[in-house]
Amino acid sequence: MNRTYELMFIVRPDMTDEDLDKLISTLQSAVPATGGTVKSVEKMGKRRLAYAVRRFYDGIYVLMVVEGGGAVIHELERRLRVTEPVIKFLTVRVDEEQKRLDKIKKLRESRKKMSAQPAAAAAEEAAPAAEAPASA
Amino acid sequence: MADETKAPEQSAPRSESGPGRPGGDRPRFGGPGRGPGGPPREGGGRKFFRRKKVCKFCTEKIEDINYKDYRLLGQFVAESGKIVPRRLTGVCAPHQHRLSAAIKQARNIALLPFAGRAS
Repeated sequence: MNRTYELMFIVRPDMTDEDLDKLISTLQSAVPATGGTVKSVEKMGKRRLAYAVRRFYDGIYVLMVVEGGGAVIHELERRLRVTEPVIKFLTVRVDEEQKRLDKIKKLRESRKKMSAQPAAAAAEEAAPAAEAPASA
Repeated sequence: MADETKAPEQSAPRSESGPGRPGGDRPRFGGPGRGPGGPPREGGGRKFFRRKKVCKFCTEKIEDINYKDYRLLGQFVAESGKIVPRRLTGVCAPHQHRLSAAIKQARNIALLPFAGRAS
């Protein structure tokens, strides 16, 4: 069961870069143990929060993309919950949405081809236009 | 107006559909008058022409409505932090669904405010 999840979490703003890297690497090390893979980790930098979270008005955002089953998420969320500097986190499953987007993209591309071919062959009347969909 | 009086007459002979009819008509009542680009109603008092509202996501072909894109989502959030209804923004129903879901996710991770301005 391979699913893709996005974990976004906020750590307190006064955290140093080394500490943050250490935190991320410990989280990353927990992923393979539960049968998942880390696809990417992105530090999105410090940002002003829309509302106060644990009396903090700023936070450092980190985005992690993880592939695997529910056990991975369960473990990661548990870790995030007990990690003191993490003030908020959100997990979103993205694979189905991605599948939907890919489908739309494919559909659009095929439509573009369909509309491009008859346009090129429009001068030669309907016969080439009828051929175009068959070859596509 | 003529339509309104005619509808109950038609449905009245048909057993139980009568009571359901007027209730169903009510939400649509404002619809035809302020409909997209429709002619202004007489007696409605609306003089100006309402520009036809179109779905931003359909016209710009934005399919990916993501919670991370708070700048985009911010356009559909009122000053108070509320999600702006689609009758005001013109967003189509499928996109409004995704939009509201994304806004709620963004709120959860403090990218957008639950109430009030993001400061």
